[in-house]
Amino acid sequence: MSLGRFLVRRIVHSIFVLLGLSIVIFVIARVMPGDPARMALGARAPQWVVDRVREQMHLNEPLTVQYVYWLRGALRADFGLSLVTQRPVTADIQEFFPASLELVLLAGLFSAVGGIGLGVLSARYKDTWIDNVVRVISYAGIVTPSFIFAILFVLLFGFVLKWFPVIGRLSEHTVAPPTVTGMVTVDALLAGRLDAFADALRHMVLPALALAMGSIAQEARITRSSMADNLGKDYIAAARALGISERVVMGRFLLKPSLIPTVSILGLDIAATLGVAFLVELIFNWPGLARYGMTSMLHKDLNAISAVILVLGVAFVTVNILVDIIVAYLDPRIRLRAARSE
Amino acid sequence: MSSTPLLLEIKDLHVHFAVYGGRLKVLDGVNFVMQSGERVGLVGEAGCGKTTTMKAILQVLPTPPAVIPCGEIYFKGRDLLKMNPNQLQQIRGRGISMIFQDPTAALNPVFTVGQQLKAVIKHSAVRGRPLSADEVHQRAIQSLQEVALADPERLLKSYPIQLSGGMRQRVCIGMALATNPELLIADEPGTSLDVTIQDQVLRLLHRLVKEKNTSVILITHTLGIVREMTDRVYVMYAGNIVEVAPTAGLFSRPMHPYTIGLMQAVPRLTGGGVSDGIPGRIPNYLQPPTGCRFHPRCPHVMDICRQEKPASYQVDDDHYVACFLYRGEEGKGS
Repeated sequence: MSLGRFLVRRIVHSIFVLLGLSIVIFVIARVMPGDPARMALGARAPQWVVDRVREQMHLNEPLTVQYVYWLRGALRADFGLSLVTQRPVTADIQEFFPASLELVLLAGLFSAVGGIGLGVLSARYKDTWIDNVVRVISYAGIVTPSFIFAILFVLLFGFVLKWFPVIGRLSEHTVAPPTVTGMVTVDALLAGRLDAFADALRHMVLPALALAMGSIAQEARITRSSMADNLGKDYIAAARALGISERVVMGRFLLKPSLIPTVSILGLDIAATLGVAFLVELIFNWPGLARYGMTSMLHKDLNAISAVILVLGVAFVTVNILVDIIVAYLDPRIRLRAARSE
Repeated sequence: MSSTPLLLEIKDLHVHFAVYGGRLKVLDGVNFVMQSGERVGLVGEAGCGKTTTMKAILQVLPTPPAVIPCGEIYFKGRDLLKMNPNQLQQIRGRGISMIFQDPTAALNPVFTVGQQLKAVIKHSAVRGRPLSADEVHQRAIQSLQEVALADPERLLKSYPIQLSGGMRQRVCIGMALATNPELLIADEPGTSLDVTIQDQVLRLLHRLVKEKNTSVILITHTLGIVREMTDRVYVMYAGNIVEVAPTAGLFSRPMHPYTIGLMQAVPRLTGGGVSDGIPGRIPNYLQPPTGCRFHPRCPHVMDICRQEKPASYQVDDDHYVACFLYRGEEGKGS
């Protein structure tokens, strides 16, 4: 019961956040210099055509009315045409977003497993050489931008060792599975094509790992320090004093409370990755959302920019809700407090 | 008396904490013995090393920073400090169990009472004969009933945050006794509670250990509780045992200047009011005073106190004092 109400409250809350974001996006798109109609039609279009398009785009109405029109379109997933691709922005997003999502989800998995794993290892062998190695790797991982890792991985695993492919989403000889979700791995599974699934996965390993490196480092550091903090707590001493085995103390009674900060940061990292993956997507020639967003910005493609930002906003909000649910599951104090304050 | 094997014997225990800027020499040669079935009090002001001594017995001091440079801790003749983790785990819980000072800190905030209590019960099972889930549940319920908690079924599903301070303390007591330990270490039970609840909790604890015939080390700085609940008392100051005596003997004839000060510091209802207590405070463990660690605060300080550490002098049957004032009286009692 309490979790359900907690969830409803969070979703309602998020709707307001997204409304706020939509206003910001709209205002920025309208205060940018240049006439959107003229930009859409090009410099050589006759003035009367531009005027007619301005009429169609409701550009002569007051800003508030324009916003309502824009919002109505956004709610129907209609963002107009992209100047660059000359297609509906929605169609572009449908193509590029799943590609990014797939990559980011795998990166998230790498961060969770790698980050928590390294963090636990580091805390378990605190102040030994294992811990020191993990800590050095962590700091290196945090300060190194993901595109450096991307280039290094391409060179090392792609060209020298030839373990993984470095370009695109599928090999040339693999027939793409029918598009359902737009995520190749999922589509391959839906079509029962294990060969395509494996091939798609192999293509994702390097870019996902490059994207995850910073987050793995961050997660490892946070998990380690949080476990080290909690290791000195009385409840750990009490669990040990009452004869509970070291394995259970570490793996259960220490791990669960220590994961709370890790999960919070992990969620933010994953959501951020969606937006900042531009260079990694470029290096691996990955048709993703970050690349599309960056291209639209360089071309002042306002419709596409608004849509991309809104999609990223929705992704952020969704990830945050998920994180809140996981944290509430891990920490009864938050769950119970939320239920009580209703 | 001397033929009964000792339940616990601590010999010359030193515990240091490595901190930034040096080593805190907290325990400075603690000696401690107790027989099976005894109820022993351990008193001394906050920060004098009582909890550290007890945590050292169970080896739950955080290491680092804690280090034990020397000392022996025998439980029924076996040195706990020389045991491997498996052997130690066999002693913890079933042999020696502990109630921690602050029940709120001693309960894991993200697990239910049931999850924690059941884990303790499960691990206290004799090796090779695991308890069924049902048995564990029954014993968990029973443990909560023993500490007079109503509605144990619901309680098992509750998180510590949902309980009152008194309930948490009872849960901790129930958990420490769920393993039927031979020796229970109770570290200031109830100190964090208000006096009426504290009194209830202590009475409950007193009744339970009597019923189960559990040996007890009771740490407290409330002398009234010591008088009521213990047979013998150890008085500790700055990492040393300064006086040991049967409870009645200690109260009728306290000898160490520190013990005398401690007794005078107790506020009385009739006459006198609140005394000034002992002037000064627990020394800095980075550079503890030379000789007797109490000498900077001692009203009877002599030259020798600043140079040498006093041995423990026997002044009566079972009454020992580590103070040069009683050097001449050694052996008189026995």
